[in-house]
Amino acid sequence: MNHLDTRPAARRRTRARPGTGRPSRARQDRRVVITGIGVAAPGGIGVTSFWDLLTTGRTATRAITLFDATGFRSRIAAECDFDPGAHGLTPRQVRRMDRAAQLGVVSAREALADSGLTPADVPPDRLGVSIGSAVGCTMGLEQEYAVLSDGGREWLVDPAYGVPQLYGYMIPSTIATEIAWTAGAEGPVALISTGCTAGLDSVGHGYQLVKEGTACAVVAGAADAPISPITVACFDAIKATSPSNDDPAHASRPFDLDRNGFVLGEGAAVLVLEERGAALRRGAQVYAEIVGFASRSNAFHMTGLKPDGREMAEAIRDALRQARLRPEDVDYVNAHGSGTRQNDRHETAAFKSALGERAYQIPVSSIKSMIGHSLGAIGSIEVAACALAIRDNVVPPTANLHTTDPECDLDYVPLTARERPLEVVLTVGSGFGGFQTAMLLARERDGLAGRGSGHD
Amino acid sequence: MTERTADTPRPVVTGLGVTAPNGLGTQAYWSATLDGKSGLGPITRFDGERYPVRVAGEVTEFDDTEHVPSRLAVQTDHWTHLGLTAAGMALADAGIDPADLPEYRMAVVTAGSSGGTEFGQREIEKLWSQGPQYVGVYQSIAWFYAATTGQISIRYGMRGPCGVICAEQAGGLDAVAQARRLLRQDASMVVTGGTDASLCPYGLVAQMSTGLLSTRDDPERAYLPFDGDACGYVPGEGGAMLIVEGEDTARARGARPYGAIAGYGATFDPRPDHGREPRSNLRRAITLALEEAAVPPDQVDVVFADALGVPAADLAEARAISSVFGPHGVPVTAPKTMTGRLYAGGAALDLASALLSIRDGVIPPTVGTRAAAPAYELDLVRGTARDGPVRKALVLARGHGGFNAALLVTDL
Repeated sequence: MNHLDTRPAARRRTRARPGTGRPSRARQDRRVVITGIGVAAPGGIGVTSFWDLLTTGRTATRAITLFDATGFRSRIAAECDFDPGAHGLTPRQVRRMDRAAQLGVVSAREALADSGLTPADVPPDRLGVSIGSAVGCTMGLEQEYAVLSDGGREWLVDPAYGVPQLYGYMIPSTIATEIAWTAGAEGPVALISTGCTAGLDSVGHGYQLVKEGTACAVVAGAADAPISPITVACFDAIKATSPSNDDPAHASRPFDLDRNGFVLGEGAAVLVLEERGAALRRGAQVYAEIVGFASRSNAFHMTGLKPDGREMAEAIRDALRQARLRPEDVDYVNAHGSGTRQNDRHETAAFKSALGERAYQIPVSSIKSMIGHSLGAIGSIEVAACALAIRDNVVPPTANLHTTDPECDLDYVPLTARERPLEVVLTVGSGFGGFQTAMLLARERDGLAGRGSGHD
Repeated sequence: MTERTADTPRPVVTGLGVTAPNGLGTQAYWSATLDGKSGLGPITRFDGERYPVRVAGEVTEFDDTEHVPSRLAVQTDHWTHLGLTAAGMALADAGIDPADLPEYRMAVVTAGSSGGTEFGQREIEKLWSQGPQYVGVYQSIAWFYAATTGQISIRYGMRGPCGVICAEQAGGLDAVAQARRLLRQDASMVVTGGTDASLCPYGLVAQMSTGLLSTRDDPERAYLPFDGDACGYVPGEGGAMLIVEGEDTARARGARPYGAIAGYGATFDPRPDHGREPRSNLRRAITLALEEAAVPPDQVDVVFADALGVPAADLAEARAISSVFGPHGVPVTAPKTMTGRLYAGGAALDLASALLSIRDGVIPPTVGTRAAAPAYELDLVRGTARDGPVRKALVLARGHGGFNAALLVTDL
C-alpha cells in the first residue's frame, strides 16, 4: 500500500492482481490526475466553445475552405476557424510552425493556464511532454513541396526555394519541441505517432511517465492538421472518407445506417497530468483520474478490421484489470465512432465482448459526429471530452444518428446530450496499423479515487 | 499493462538485425566497422548533381524486392523495407519463432522520424502534376510514421501494445526505453529499434534546410565529428532492430543475450532564446542513466557519441562527456562516421554496436577525424579499433530540436 492512499480499507478492492497476486512496487503506485485542459477544435478554439458545441449537439463539418477541393471525391471536413495571431502567437511563431503545431501550442497554453501549474510546483527537469500526431506537419510539408517542385513539375525539387523550417516540417517531433518550449519542459519529451490512436497513446505515455516517477507532471495531448490535398487524396483513394458533399453538416454519421465514411477533421487537445498527491497539495482542480490504459494490435491488416473486435476488447479488459474495475462500474463509453461501417461493427462487438450485458445498459457516443476525425489529435480531444463529461455529469451525443443500423444495437445517445451521473468513463481508439487503445478515467472525490482505482 | 513486481527480470537484448550503409546484416556491418570501412559515397538513389550535398550513406547492396515480398514491397516505402528486413534478421538472430509466443505479449516499438519520404514524394508528385485521382491506394499506409511498426506487427502476428516514438536521432534510445517499460508490464518480447531512409530529392532538400549537412564532396573528409575541421554531418539510411526480452525468459529458452539494458535518461534542452545560464541537459541525461544503473562513471568502458560534426554541438557534447568522466576520462567513439547519421535508425545502430563491443571486447573506431580538437579533451578512438574488455557501454543521442537521450548497456 502506498503512502498516498488514504482510502479506508473497505473501499479498496482486495481481489488479487491478475497473474501475480502481489502488490506492485511503491514507485509504480503513483496516481495520475488531469488538472488542466486546452482544446482547439472545429466549432471553436478553447474549452468553453468546444464543450458548448458537443453538449448542444451541433456539428462543425462543412465544405472544405482550407484549399480548393474541386476534383476530390470528398470535399468536406471539420475545420477550425483559427487565427493564430488572435490566439497570441507572434508573426515569427506563425511562420515557423505548421498549423498542427500552432493548434497544439495554443491548446498547451490554455491547459497550463487552466491547471495553474508553475515552475515553483514542478521544476523544468521534472516536467515532461508527450504529444501525439498521426501525420505531423503534413500541411507545411505539402505547401513547401508545391513551391519547391513548382507544382509537381520537378522531381529534383529546387532547394533555392526551401524555407529554414522545412526540416522541422518533415519530422513530427517538431510539434513536441514547440510544446516543450511553451511549457518550459526539460524532462522527457516525446512525439507519439501511432496513427489514429496517437492521441490516446500519447496521454497514456504521459500517464506512465508520471506513474513510474520519471516526471512529476506531463503536458500530454495531440495535434493534427491534415486538411491538405495530399491527405484528403490519400483517403479518397481508399474511399475511407464521406462523399456527402451536398450535405456536409450531416455527413459524419457514426452508427447510423446511412453512414458512408468518416469526415476528416483537425484540431488539438492538451492536458496537464500530475501526480495526484502533489496536485491535491497545491490545491489544483482535478477533472479526473486516469485509472487504466492499455493497447493491443490486431496484426491483421493496415486498414482492415475484423468484425469481432477481439483486440480492442482485450485492451478494454486489460484497462479494467489495471483499474480493478468491473464492467458494471463503467458509466459511459466514448467510442472511436469514426463513421465507417467496419469500425462501427468492430467496436460494437468489442464493447459487447469486454463489457457483456453492461454494454447494453450504458450510453455509447461518438463526438466525431460533430467535430470529425482529426486522426491522431482526436484521441486527446476525446480524453478532454471525457474529463469534461465527468466534471458536468453530461454525456455528449452522437449527432446525425437518425436511422438505426441492425448491426449496431447499443444505446448510442442520438442527437441530444444526456445528464447522467458519471463516475467511470471508458474511451477507445482504433487506427491504421491495427492499433487498438483503451483508457479509463474516474471521478476524483474528497481525496478518494474513483471506485476501484486499483492501487493497493 | 499489469505492472510486474520488484523482481522484474532485467531487460536483455537477444537479437540484432542491421541494415547499414557499410554492411547488410550484423556480421557484415560489424566486420566492416571494425576494419574502419566506410559506407559513405556519392548519392546514387537519384541524380543529385545539382545539390550541394553529394555524399551520403546508402545501403547500396540492399535490393528491396529481394528482401521484402513483392506484394508487401509495393505497399511500403524503402524505409519500411529496411525495417522489415532488420526485424527479420533480429528475430532469426534471437532464435525466436513468433508463432511459439503468446500473441498479446509480443510488441513492436520503433522510432520514427521522417516516415515514407520517397514513397510520399512519388505520390505527392502525382497529385500536384496530374490530380487527386492519381494518388495510389497505398499512400495512406506507406507514408505515415507508424507504417514500419504496423507492418512488423502484422507480418509476425504480434498483438501486444505497439508503439512509435519520434524524437529525431534520439528516438532510437527512447524506443528501447519504451520496450523496457513494456517488459515491466505484460510483454515478454519486444521488437524495437528503428530505420530511416530520406534519400530522395525532397527528403534531402528538407534535411539541407537546417544548414547542418556537410557539402564536401570527398566521402573521407565530409563527416569529421570532433575534428577542428568539422563541417557538418552526412545523412544516411538504414538502422537496426533489436529483440528485447526479460532475462528469465531469454535464459529459459537457452538464448545467449548480448547484454542488459541497465540505465536510461531522457531530457530536453531549453528553447534557444531562453536567456538562462546555459547548462547541459545532455549531461543530465548521462547522469540519469548512470544513476539508474548504479554504475559510477569510472566503470564505463566506452561512450558512443552523438557526434553531430557541427563544432558548437561537438563542443557541447565533449563538455558533457568530460564533465561526467573527466578530461580524456573515457574512450569515446563514433562509428556513425562510416554510415552517416541515420536519424530514427542511428541510435539503434549505435546501441547494436555497443552490444557487439561488449561481446567481442573491442571498440570500433571513428574514421575521418584526424585528431580530436584539444579543447574537447576527449579520448577519441580514431582510425583503428581498440581492443580491451568492454563491460559497460554508454550510448548518447540527440534529436533535432533539443532531445537528449543516454542509454547504458552492460554485460551479464
